[in-house]
Parts: sequence; C-alpha cells; structure tokens
Amino acid sequence: MIKIEVDMALCQHYGQCVFEAPNIFKLNDDDKLEYLASADDSERDNVESAVDVCPMQAIRIVD
Amino acid sequence: MDARAAAPVIIVGAAMGGLRTAEALRRAGYAGPLTVIGEELHAPYNRPPLSKDVLAGVVTRESVAFPQRASTADVEWMLGARVASADLSARTVTTEDGVAHPYSALVIATGLRPRRLALPELPGRHTVRTLDDAMALRAELLPGARVVIVGSGFIGCEVAATARKLGCDVTVVSPSALPIVRPLGALLAAEILSRQEAHGVAFRLGHTITGLVGAPRLEAVELDDGDVIPADVLIEAIGSDCNSDWLAGTGLDCSDGVLADAAMRAVSVDGAVHDDVYVVGDIARFPNAMFDDVARRVEHWNIPTDTGKRAGAVLTAWLDSAEAFSAAAGAPFAPMPAFWSNQFEVALQAYGLPGLADDIRLLEGSLDTEAIVGYYREERLVGVVGLGMKAALLPYRKLIAEGGVPATG
Repeated sequence: MIKIEVDMALCQHYGQCVFEAPNIFKLNDDDKLEYLASADDSERDNVESAVDVCPMQAIRIVD
Repeated sequence: MDARAAAPVIIVGAAMGGLRTAEALRRAGYAGPLTVIGEELHAPYNRPPLSKDVLAGVVTRESVAFPQRASTADVEWMLGARVASADLSARTVTTEDGVAHPYSALVIATGLRPRRLALPELPGRHTVRTLDDAMALRAELLPGARVVIVGSGFIGCEVAATARKLGCDVTVVSPSALPIVRPLGALLAAEILSRQEAHGVAFRLGHTITGLVGAPRLEAVELDDGDVIPADVLIEAIGSDCNSDWLAGTGLDCSDGVLADAAMRAVSVDGAVHDDVYVVGDIARFPNAMFDDVARRVEHWNIPTDTGKRAGAVLTAWLDSAEAFSAAAGAPFAPMPAFWSNQFEVALQAYGLPGLADDIRLLEGSLDTEAIVGYYREERLVGVVGLGMKAALLPYRKLIAEGGVPATG
C-alpha cells in the first residue's frame, strides 16, 4: 500500500493529477479535489506522475 | 561500448528539466554514473511561486525545493558551476575553471535568462527568474514603494498583482496594446486588464522605457513620450533569452533555443541528428505531434517534465541496445502544453497552444465572472483557457489531445 497526502492549503484544484492517476484523484462538481488517501502499490507510478505534474507541488507519497 | 560505460551521462542545467531527466534515466533503468552541473547554488526548485507566494512572503524559500527521490540519491550535483563550452566530437564539456568533463551522453537543460533593458545598472533594478532574484526583490516590495514593471506578460501581471497586494504603488509599462495579448488574444486580455485596473494597477500600454533617473539608486524611469514616473523599484519582465552561448562552435542549431527532434535528440544546422546529445525544457525547440511537425519552444511549466521524461527514456534505450533505441525514439511524442496564472482573484488555466489560433470563441460562461475560451486553428480546437471553471475545462483538454473536433460554432 502507498499513502497519499495532499496539502489542501496549497492545492488550487487544477486537476492535473486527475489525468495521471484517475483512480485516485478527481474534481467534484464544485471544482474541488477529492482523493483516496491510500492505494495499492500498483498505483505508485501513476501517483508519482501526479506528484510531478502538480503545479503547486502539493502531493506527496508517504512511504 | 566501453567509452559509454566509463563516462557519466552529464546533464547541464540543474533546474526542473535537469532533475526530471535524471529521474527519468533512473526510472528507465540507467544505473551508471550521472552528473548534473548547475549554475545556481540551489538544488532544483519550483519557479511558479517565485512571482507569487515567495514574493509575498507567505511561503519560505525552502518550501519550493522539489522533493528528492531515492532513485537519484547517487547523482553527483555540481552546483555553482558554469559550463563554458562543449566539444561534441571529444564528448566533453568544460567548466569555467578550465576543467574538461568527459561524458557518455549529454543533456542540454540550461533554460533561459531574463532579457534586460539596455540601460545603466542601478540598484533598484530587478528580474524574477531565480530564487535569489525573488528574495532580493521581496526585500524591496515594501508598503508604499513605487514599483514600475516593464512587460505585461504573465510574469509582469503576476508580479503586479503580488506587489499591489503588498501595498505597493504599481505601474505596468509595456509596448503591447493589452496585457498577455500574444498568448491569450484580445478577448481575455481586455478582461485581465480591467481586473488588474480594478485592483489599482496603473497601465502605460503602448510605451517603452527609454531612460533611468537616479544616483546612486533608481528614483524614476523615463518613457518614450517624455513622461517621468517615480520608481523605487523597476522589475524587468520583458521575456527571456536562451542560455545556449556555451554551445557556440558545436554546430548545433541554436537559432532559437536548441533544435531537437521528437525524440529530444539535438539537431545540427546541417540536419545531423545526435544520438548522444539531448535537449530538454524551456530551451528545447521541438515538434509536437499533437499539433503539427513545426519545431517550437514552449515556455510552459509542464514542458521540462514532459521533455525530461522523454529524453530520459530515449537516452536510456540508446545506452541499452539498438532495438530498444529504435523503439523508444520512434514512439510518438505529443505532450499537452499546460500553464496556470493567478492574479488577484483570477485563476487562469490553459491547455494546448492558444497562440496558434486564427479564431477565438467564448465557449462557456461569461468573461466578467467565469468563462472558458476556445482557440481554433482551421476549425480545430488547439487551445483552451479557463477563468475558473476548472472541472468544466477538463473535457476540452481531452478534445485537444484527440486532435480537436470540427467546430460546431
């Protein structure tokens, strides 16, 4: 399992992460980010890509 | 090949593009020596906050550093070192101290530097490209300071908003008719102008700065119409030049950045493609299959990451085997350009290349509140910009990636 943290004080809800890891991140109808705080190891590459593309650098994987 | 195994891969440029290339090399399985040479003393950091939260002092300088991954723990970082020249035949780069560093493959990631006004150096003149630039400027953005910004692009407008929020008296001088008009078009540019003005930013559009007044430090700027504007601080945001001087004499096509093919391999003026030299980030002029076969430089935030990943994958394949290299270099490359801009309450978000458009249309919403604007070239959607409406923007991003549909008006 991997644990995922998003700093919601930094997050601007741009949704770049949604494209890289659609099983983990989504924008709701109010333009706000929703995400799963843990995921299977098989999602690690996708979540790492989401970490890379976040303009606010708000996403972290906690090992 | 022994020579390839012995010498490190050298990445010149220790910003985001260099970092992402190093990570991509390790991810793709390259386990050999890897050296990153960078002029700044700082480890790679994220630049967008420099014109906003770092300048406003609401985040620390440490907070913008990119997290270091375990995979790159054994990378050698030569920071505070400037590469003066390269010899592609001998496979060496030479640092300013005269030391030649052999490489097995070279990655060019030296990015841009801010263009400066051709006017005398005076204390009070600033740019906003590096962390040190931002920290130096931050110290002078005091409440009541008279700030003149030359240039009305994204950086100029973002810095104007930040300085205004800090209580400075802000004037933007620009030869353009509207702010950010070249990338965004007049429809959105006019709206951004009115929102900036509503927050008290003064604009002197259609003008240039022709002289500086003051000694020993800046007191005012002179415009081309003879007007003199008092200024404690002058911020120069008039675009960038490519850091390609060190490649003089290599034969590479450095007419605008450094030319690369779709595999991010460097290309010479004579058309020769270098399997052992790659170009990433702001300095790379490369074709994007999402649009056409024209090589362009794209100064958007996501490009160092996308081109770095691409170069890392292709280069690792080249070091591995001819078969792997052929497959990697031949794979299509169509990264989605993406950028963001926050100015006052305006959260602007763009995908694609709006600057290519021959037709601009309001697609959803209303410009005075929230809106989505579409950018079309020959009836195909090539770019989209949202003012707010973040979730509603995402389907348009998908549409651009799929080639843009014929417009239905």
